[in-house]
Amino acid sequence: MADSAASFDLGAPPAGYAVRLRGVTKAYPNGTTALGPFDLDVRSGEFVSLLGPSGCGKSTALRLIAGLSAPSSGGVLVSSQAPRRRGEHSIGFVFQEPTLMPWTSVRGNVSLPLRLARASRADTEARVSEALAGVDLLDFADAFPRELSGGMRMRVSLARALVTEPDILLMDEPFAALDEITRFRLNDDLLALWRKLRKTIIFVTHSVFESVYLSQRVIVMTPRPGRTGAEFRIEALEPRGADFRTSADYAAQCREVSLALARTSEPVRA
Amino acid sequence: MSGLNAPRLPSDETGARGGARLLRLLLPIVVLAAGVTVWDLAVRLNQIPPYVLPGPGLVLRTLIADWPVLSASLVTTLWTTLEGFLAAALGGIALALLFNQSKWLEYSLFPYAVVLQVTPVIAVAPLLLIYLPQETAVIVCAWIVAFFPVLANTTLGLNSVDRNLAGLFQLYGASPMQTLVRLKLPAALPYILGGLRIAGGLSLIGAVVAEIAAGSAGAGSGLAYRIAESSYRLNIPRMFAALLLLSAAGIVIYVLLALASHLLLRRWHESALGKDN
Ligand SMILES: Nc1ncnc2c1ncn2[C@@H]1O[C@H](COP(=O)(O)OP(=O)(O)OP(=O)(O)O)[C@@H](O)[C@H]1O
Ligand SMILES: [Mg+2]
Repeated sequence: MADSAASFDLGAPPAGYAVRLRGVTKAYPNGTTALGPFDLDVRSGEFVSLLGPSGCGKSTALRLIAGLSAPSSGGVLVSSQAPRRRGEHSIGFVFQEPTLMPWTSVRGNVSLPLRLARASRADTEARVSEALAGVDLLDFADAFPRELSGGMRMRVSLARALVTEPDILLMDEPFAALDEITRFRLNDDLLALWRKLRKTIIFVTHSVFESVYLSQRVIVMTPRPGRTGAEFRIEALEPRGADFRTSADYAAQCREVSLALARTSEPVRA
Repeated sequence: MSGLNAPRLPSDETGARGGARLLRLLLPIVVLAAGVTVWDLAVRLNQIPPYVLPGPGLVLRTLIADWPVLSASLVTTLWTTLEGFLAAALGGIALALLFNQSKWLEYSLFPYAVVLQVTPVIAVAPLLLIYLPQETAVIVCAWIVAFFPVLANTTLGLNSVDRNLAGLFQLYGASPMQTLVRLKLPAALPYILGGLRIAGGLSLIGAVVAEIAAGSAGAGSGLAYRIAESSYRLNIPRMFAALLLLSAAGIVIYVLLALASHLLLRRWHESALGKDN
């Protein structure tokens, strides 16, 4: 991605990188220091998981990368591509909650980014239908969010992020509220999507198993204020599937990551 | 015949709910009938003269006999109320939008909105009648009483937009206008409608207060003016008839606004959903 244009005045990360955080801290107005100093390098097309205890600043880190809030100190560099057509965005965000507009239908929610960019009606229609088909919700296009289950709402949120064909997908515990079967299926769907489109994905999760199953790299964060506590490269034969989930290899890597999580989460004793 | 595990028939439930609904309609009517009967009996048995307390029958007869005068007055009062209500609705929403755009504007003006709200309108009305032509003064009174709930509720609604939804609009480069139309206004709609429902009743009160303040000195002909006039002439039955019309007008206004609110929100907002939805 040598031709990536700067979206922040701080400039873009070096070629080959999608995101670079250097010494980033975030203190909220109420005095809570939520994050940092936190360093992060994510290569273009990489699948990285952020794993850490509740309240360690994972959501905060994603908001900073998306530019939804400004760091208190440090630099946030994010590569961005000029949109090839209306309604494309470099960053797609799947929030921890579905974050849908209750006053409009599923179709209305998913078409939002395209409508905001004033994409043509026919184009919008086609792309929304495609995105909804991708998450298996075409039949519910005219339903209202309150008529859906929690998992279905999360899938709508995913479709809304994907409809803009982002280069970088930021996902904040998207599957935390789902049952295991649905979660496994969506995990596999996400992996298939990633293999096909090679988007950069930064995936926040509580779950050691999920992080090891999905990502190329797991970053274990310390309790608040979150920093990098440990980092693991996950080796596995591609494509990953059900046999990886049951392999001894997978179990071993999960145990390693678990141990690291427990170690970094221990209170520091002087 | 149904088996052991026969599912409860859906018609059972709708039947039960229909019954509850009927009861909800019926109970107030029963209370009304009882009240009117007691009133009638009290007047008859104690032989209270009509200039002290007219019976319900006499009030009804007066209503019919004086209908040409009273209906004209009703129309006048309703127009005033409507104009005051529209002014309050537009003014309240517009002011809330302005406050939402600029904090400085809010800080400079909001205290005065509160002052207008807390000053009893009955005390302001005579002053307004001195400086403004009567018709305008009456509308301004209705506006003063009714605009604040609209302003306060709309402000609350505009400020309670989900933080992440707002972030999403920012991420997708929405213009301020798009954010307003597609995010803030729909999110605030339930609050705005709540404000309007209060404002409907209040603008009627504002109109009545101003008409009373204008009193016999004014050239007005609204229902409240009729009440004041009848009181001077000790025409108590007509006072009651006019009062009846005022209450009816208030109820109709409330029902219309509640209905509008229900229709606008029924597909998505909790307040407009049944418990099984
Ligand atoms: N708007 C805010 N104002 C003040 N403090 C905040 C705010 N948002 C988050 N925090 C604090 O910052 C810390 C990190 O919050 P964050 O939401 O990033 O945690 P998280 O790692 O995503 O947790 P979880 O896994 O439970 O979602 C928390 O301790 C929280 O109390
Ligand atoms: Mg979080």
